[in-house]
Amino acid sequence: MRMRLAILAASCAAFVTGASPVLAQKAGGTLRISHRDNPPSASIHEESTISVNQPFMAVFNNLVFFDPNEKVNSPDKIVPELAESWSYNPDQTQLTFKLRQGVKWHDGKPFTSADVKCTWDSLAGHTPDDKSLIRKNPRKLWYSNLKEVKTNGDFEVTFVLGRPQPSFLTMLAGGYSPVYACHVPDRVMRSKPIGTGPFKVVDFKRNESIKLVKNPDYWRKGRPYLDAIDWKIVPNRSTRLLGFQSGEFDMTFDSDVTFPLLKDVKANKADAVCEARPTNVSSNLLVNRDKEPFNNADIRRAMVLALDNKAFHDILSQGHDLDGAVMLPPPDGFWGMPKEMLPTLPGHAPDIEKSRAEARELMKKAGYGPDKPLKIKIATRNIAIYRDPAVILIDQLKQIYIEGELEPIDTTVWYTKLARGDYQVGMNLTGVGIDDPDVNFYENYYSTSDRNYTRYKNEKVDKLIDAQSAELDREKRKKMVWEIEKILADDVARPIIGYNVANTCWDPKVKGILLQVNSIYNGWRLEDAWLDK
Amino acid sequence: MGSYLVRRFLLMVLTLFGMSVLIFVMLRLVPGNIADILVDASGADPKEKARIAHELGIDRPIAEQYVSWIGGLSRGDLGFAYVSERPAIEEIAPRIPISAKLAGMAIFFAVLLGVPFGVISAVKQNSSLDYFLRVISLSGLSLPSFWLGLLVLMASVQWFGTIPIYDSNPHGFLQDVAMLSLPAAVVGFRSSALIMRLTRSSMLEVLRQDYVRTARSKGASNASVNYDHALRNALLPVVTIIGIEAAFLVGGLIVTETVFNIPGVARFLVEAILWRDYPIVQNLVMLIAFVVVMVNFLVDMAYMALDPRIKFGD
Repeated sequence: MRMRLAILAASCAAFVTGASPVLAQKAGGTLRISHRDNPPSASIHEESTISVNQPFMAVFNNLVFFDPNEKVNSPDKIVPELAESWSYNPDQTQLTFKLRQGVKWHDGKPFTSADVKCTWDSLAGHTPDDKSLIRKNPRKLWYSNLKEVKTNGDFEVTFVLGRPQPSFLTMLAGGYSPVYACHVPDRVMRSKPIGTGPFKVVDFKRNESIKLVKNPDYWRKGRPYLDAIDWKIVPNRSTRLLGFQSGEFDMTFDSDVTFPLLKDVKANKADAVCEARPTNVSSNLLVNRDKEPFNNADIRRAMVLALDNKAFHDILSQGHDLDGAVMLPPPDGFWGMPKEMLPTLPGHAPDIEKSRAEARELMKKAGYGPDKPLKIKIATRNIAIYRDPAVILIDQLKQIYIEGELEPIDTTVWYTKLARGDYQVGMNLTGVGIDDPDVNFYENYYSTSDRNYTRYKNEKVDKLIDAQSAELDREKRKKMVWEIEKILADDVARPIIGYNVANTCWDPKVKGILLQVNSIYNGWRLEDAWLDK
Repeated sequence: MGSYLVRRFLLMVLTLFGMSVLIFVMLRLVPGNIADILVDASGADPKEKARIAHELGIDRPIAEQYVSWIGGLSRGDLGFAYVSERPAIEEIAPRIPISAKLAGMAIFFAVLLGVPFGVISAVKQNSSLDYFLRVISLSGLSLPSFWLGLLVLMASVQWFGTIPIYDSNPHGFLQDVAMLSLPAAVVGFRSSALIMRLTRSSMLEVLRQDYVRTARSKGASNASVNYDHALRNALLPVVTIIGIEAAFLVGGLIVTETVFNIPGVARFLVEAILWRDYPIVQNLVMLIAFVVVMVNFLVDMAYMALDPRIKFGD
């Protein structure tokens, strides 16, 4: 009885405190946000970085979207955006969308099904290069199952798939899947994009700022609340955070405030609202299995057994980072294996000393020991968030007769080196655009993927990835995903050291911000954001 | 004098030509190009590299690329920036006045503090004031600009609750000057320390000369001896160092433009190098080389004005 009363009281309080701000939303004002670096371009489809998604998502709309009122991006919480409804044919190979009518691009031209066709024909590589809406296509792999896009009049479009793929709709719901306009050249989309979204681009000054203003013709009536959003590009993090503390910015860049920095921010701006959340960016160990002696499975296994993930988390994030396998762990992650399964994976066992003893035996078997250590170079991108875990890794590998030397690589050639396999061992961070097995597995572990940096090839895993991708029974699919996670961990495909957790802060006057917990790349439409002043 | 100027001009042209070849070749020796970076960083299909390289013209023979660049430069066409895909001149031109103002103010600040304090320090040798100024100048030489810049920003937040964020549309001259004065002071502090130390040692040397003693024995006032007789002769090495500092200010500007978030030439150059944005880097480095060559020329001319014994001629 007491419990029920408490729940009733809490519900009343939540109604009073929670409901009143909803009624008090105010229109107007400019939201000022700091940006961490120069976005390579403004074309979301051509880039793979939050530096582009966060500022430019507000310019576009998708067909469907992860519900912005939900913390977890889930296939069960997808809402219509430029599509009004969708349906599958009986064998789940045709996905048909009825499109919203009366929507206009920012230049006044009408949005039609032709724009949807243009966009996905370009993304799937069905368009000749000179007619494509994009110059480069980092997510072509997402649409390898897309056979055709058919229009039926101006407001209906059908995606024809090669086989059932439940993740297809999920991929359309992410921040990386905006609809582009057929009539806007790719060069324009990279510099001053035109969308249907709540905000229009006024100016994108490289190294300086991105200015967006309210789209007065936005199809969702009453939105957005803000008049404008000003992004100021401030590459130096100390300056960015000082700018936030001094009131020059209303909000920090996504996940810009690490736990050690949070104390400083709070000390100078006690009323700052700061929220920690997983970024779905994992720190992971890359072992190039094409290079000697790492073509020896014993050495790869020894390396993963030497890892003490908790030590990484304690040092890097004061213990806030999450331990997980290939998919972000629950409850924030939708697909990750249950916590109780994790200790069965190499590198996640609770008894580190036992694991390291086993690792030392494996190293001795491979011909290394205290008198004959294995000397290696550990390559990493030359920025702090990469270098710091690499230094800890070097320290931990010493325990098993591996002497590592840090090889910091200039940011701009880091991915080139990885793509060419020009490294022995690397410390890498991998962001996953959508918390979805197809997105993660096909990009990072499928044998033919260009981003399979460790050159991991396992026919059985490829088949399992394809099988889970076509599986319509959610629970059955989850079990398949966990099985794949286990095989990848046992094979030391790309050992996961941890999932980053970091803070985003804003001034208390900024309202209507809801950070989604299983990907930083989604949820930045900002049409519900408003300023209480 | 006329033939000297002609020779000097030809030498400048030769120097700039040498620089252009050097920059061009060195840039292409650095591993990776824009096509690699664009494609690999985004994880796109490596096959797309060739298409982008062709589109940007970086797959042409290097000599052809050089001739095309120099030909364009001579016509005032700086080419297209690879990353922004806009004419390079449109990217570079708005940033030049920002960095020029910052550099000018920094040098002004450095000379304004460095020369008078150097003179005072020399005239009051071994006094408490001299020791104090020497400590200040030593600190100026030893404090890294980025650290000093951050310290200034932190103090600004702590004491005034604000920081000088750059505004590309300042409300009038005064706001423009106020906005740039802190960063300029940070850049100029190191130069002022150097100028102060050099002025002091140069002054001390001159003050020991016979003609200074003669001037004093003739009853000239301290001010007249120090400023009319000694300072002018002590200034020659100081002018040299001011010239060198002005030419090498770009290094200091990179740090300061980053810390104070000023969208000037120096920060843009670093960004362009990281992206291997050849048209931007080549043209900016040429611009810097031109400034250095011109500053050297002006310093040489200043020698003549300061010391009539120096003649440049046949």
